[in-house]
Amino acid sequence: MSVRHLYVHLPFCASRCGYCDFVTVVGRRGEHDRYVDALLAELELERALLAHDLETVFLGGGTPTFTNGDALGRLLEALPRADEVTVEANPETITPELAALLRHAGVTRVSLGAQSFSPRLLEVLERRAQPDDVRRAFYALRDAKFDNISLDLIYGIPGQSPSDLTRDLDAALALEPDHLSCYELEAKPGTRFTHTFGDELARQAEAMEDYFEQVVARLTGAGFRWYETANFCRPGGPAGAPDFRSRHNLAYWQGREYLGLGMGAVSTVGPRRWRNAPGLARYVAALAAGQRPPREVEPLDGDVRRRERVMLGLRLDEPLPLAGLEQALDRQALARLERLGLARSDASTLALTERGRFLGGGVTAELLA
Amino acid sequence: MDQHHIRNFSIIAHIDHGKSTLADRILELTHAVSSRDMRAQVLDTMELERERGITIKAQAVRVLWKGHQLNLIDTPGHVDFTYEVSRSLQACEGAVLVVDAAQGIEAQTLANAYLALENDLEIVPVVNKIDLPQADPEGAAAQLAELLGIEPEQVLRISAKTGEGVEAVLDAVIERVPGPAGNPTAPARALIFDSSYDQYRGVVAFVRVVDGTFSTREPLRAMALGTRLEAQELGFFSPTLRPADILSAGEVGYVMTGLKDVSELRVGDTITSERAPAAEPLPGYKEVKPMVFAGLFPTDSDDYPDLRDALDRLKLNDAALFYEPETSNALGFGFRCGFLGLLHMEIVRERLEREFDLDLLVTAPTVAYRVQTRTGDWVEVHNPAEMPREVEVVEEPYIKASIIVPKEFVGAVMELNNERRGRFDHLEYLSEDRVHLTYELPLAEIVLDYYDQLKSRTRGYASFDYDLAGFRPGELVRVDVLVGGEPVDALSLVVHKDFAYGRGKALVERLRAEIPRQMFDVAIQAAIGARIIARETVKARRKDVLAKCYGGDITRKRKLLEKQKAGKKRMKQVGAVEVPQEAFLAVLNLGDSQR
Repeated sequence: MSVRHLYVHLPFCASRCGYCDFVTVVGRRGEHDRYVDALLAELELERALLAHDLETVFLGGGTPTFTNGDALGRLLEALPRADEVTVEANPETITPELAALLRHAGVTRVSLGAQSFSPRLLEVLERRAQPDDVRRAFYALRDAKFDNISLDLIYGIPGQSPSDLTRDLDAALALEPDHLSCYELEAKPGTRFTHTFGDELARQAEAMEDYFEQVVARLTGAGFRWYETANFCRPGGPAGAPDFRSRHNLAYWQGREYLGLGMGAVSTVGPRRWRNAPGLARYVAALAAGQRPPREVEPLDGDVRRRERVMLGLRLDEPLPLAGLEQALDRQALARLERLGLARSDASTLALTERGRFLGGGVTAELLA
Repeated sequence: MDQHHIRNFSIIAHIDHGKSTLADRILELTHAVSSRDMRAQVLDTMELERERGITIKAQAVRVLWKGHQLNLIDTPGHVDFTYEVSRSLQACEGAVLVVDAAQGIEAQTLANAYLALENDLEIVPVVNKIDLPQADPEGAAAQLAELLGIEPEQVLRISAKTGEGVEAVLDAVIERVPGPAGNPTAPARALIFDSSYDQYRGVVAFVRVVDGTFSTREPLRAMALGTRLEAQELGFFSPTLRPADILSAGEVGYVMTGLKDVSELRVGDTITSERAPAAEPLPGYKEVKPMVFAGLFPTDSDDYPDLRDALDRLKLNDAALFYEPETSNALGFGFRCGFLGLLHMEIVRERLEREFDLDLLVTAPTVAYRVQTRTGDWVEVHNPAEMPREVEVVEEPYIKASIIVPKEFVGAVMELNNERRGRFDHLEYLSEDRVHLTYELPLAEIVLDYYDQLKSRTRGYASFDYDLAGFRPGELVRVDVLVGGEPVDALSLVVHKDFAYGRGKALVERLRAEIPRQMFDVAIQAAIGARIIARETVKARRKDVLAKCYGGDITRKRKLLEKQKAGKKRMKQVGAVEVPQEAFLAVLNLGDSQR
């Protein structure tokens, strides 16, 4: 088979941040090894789906770098080689030793969860790192010869002002990262976080469009390419790649097939998408017994796949090739959006204008037939 | 029965003065209804009537009292249903006029008394609720005596609630109300004073026989329309339908016509025998013309056929209801409906929603306008959006308002009427502290919230009634509302030029608050012709993105987007602008709170 993108989920974290809604497991140091065994067992069960040469591997979490060193090393050793191997990391977990370990194990790219450079806002987010931890981690990675480092930032944090955001962006840019992901804070209703910050979150929601404009303006002003709704990369490219875009994430946005390993991981292969059940114990037990973990399977018919291609493709700055997607589009809506200066198309491609990209969700909803 | 032993009468009263309670006591007293079946408001059969404690449709019931046949025709009390009252009165020789001992004469007391006098009815004046602690029977009796030009001693004092004095009312009906004076041997004639529709048996005519005799199975003819019909069954109300072989001169009863189309029989028409027809019909009724209009639209456009069916069904029992199809660019397909007044409109709307389970959007009520175009033609306009832009003259309906109020509120009433373009007509003291005011007002000024205002500014003490007083020219302008440059027909209004700016401004401000931000700036304007009198802008959204989307999120994000897409489909489209239904609702309710 020919799946060329592999995602591996490492759910462990030192603690859970208030706003987080990922599939995570706090602590459980004793179970890291068994979990890695299960991952490798699942890899064997699905190996037939994978191409011989992978383009990308992505270790996401949780906090992959919180996984104990031996287990993480063993995992990296066993995973297939790929052109781009990314690991997500929390700043406080990065030591010079770990940076070297990752580098030696073939990791080419690190995505560092900075989120903010304000001690006050980091505390609101219940992050463990201090601003200087982010800086130290960043330079430790550089010292280990990583030439492709990404920083995550969050905006719209309770208590954050536009000038706080300016300071965060400036501090991030001062590190000269190769890539930046900037997300608005999404507080899920019913969570402790939402309960604590309700009114302030509503105020921040009002200001979100200012923040988003501020982020795009500041980063593009600094020469970064706004290549996806929430992602930016600097000009140039790391060794062996034409640019600093995340090749793994680009695969999602371009509608490629991907295999996901681990609890809660999602795979999309051919006309099927499946999600492994999120529970740690069930996942480990099933694979220890040589079986696939419990999964939720979603069939993807042609219509759905075309709609997803449009939805994902329009997040990018490159025009979306229209071949095979015509029936997913409402031509009248497209004409209307072109008149409004939100989209532009030619015989074979469709792209959003800059203003269209700021309104990408609504524009896409309108465009879909 | 011999006409000398028949009495046909109505009970007339201001709302809540105890008309239906008195009717209930009469039915009990005469054993027309067993105490087992007795419930409040026996004669009010509609769910809505019981709930609101009002009578909407006239009802008739035959009772026996001391060797006499008494036909009681119950009538609605509200101003909107004056036409029902006047129809019923034409079938009677007498009327019991009920006045609340604590309230005294109210506006509808006057209106109903005048109606009865116009119809040459013998009035039996009654002061009710004498059991109430705050009752002032002497004061109320004095007011009645003054009104009718009689001695206070002739006024009966009763408590319909306890039954005290009710027998005396029946005795007085026999003594004072004359028997019918038709000719029992002349060719048969009966006045249709109301009708109803029975799902299985078709149109049922409520009739008062004036001359001759009608029998079952007899071929009949409605004289004005020429409709031929057969008396499949006839009889009287006791108060349920009780078949009889004949209905003779002076009697009140029903005729099952078997007609399936209610338009074949008109209230006010005369029924005669096909074999031996009468030469002349009885004097009919003045046809009632709807004066208040509004657009009714189904919230869900798929319900349009259901709305049409429901209106067809309602019309069967409500001759005054008028409707014609209307298409709105903003609200889709619906009906422009004409009503006698606001209560009538509210009742129709409630019956549609309740009995037919429809969700409706009702546009702001407006009145009928008479318009002379530049070509000299006169047209009647029921919809502001159809008001020609180039007009010579616009005439609007006026009313003569009759308001009774304690004297300390005279100033408040005058102030309200002045705000509403009213013209003072007359002021008279009914007693030391109660004043009867008459004013001329444009009907358009009372259709929105006049009654509520009147009640609140007089702390509930004012009573109000009105008569239509014809059309008069006014300085009226049409104000259009434009969203993104497109006129929203459902929001057009016709308003006096002095109020145009204020109303236009309020409308666009409200709309701005209700229309969600779009992908482009949306101008909301109020305009008189090409002149913009108010403007607001809904600023374009600057951000509308799903924050992050990676391999694990795709399904959820796709579903969110599909939901967003479905949400767009539920919006009403005005040009390129998507307007939620709620926005129209909010703006259409504007009249209630802001003028």
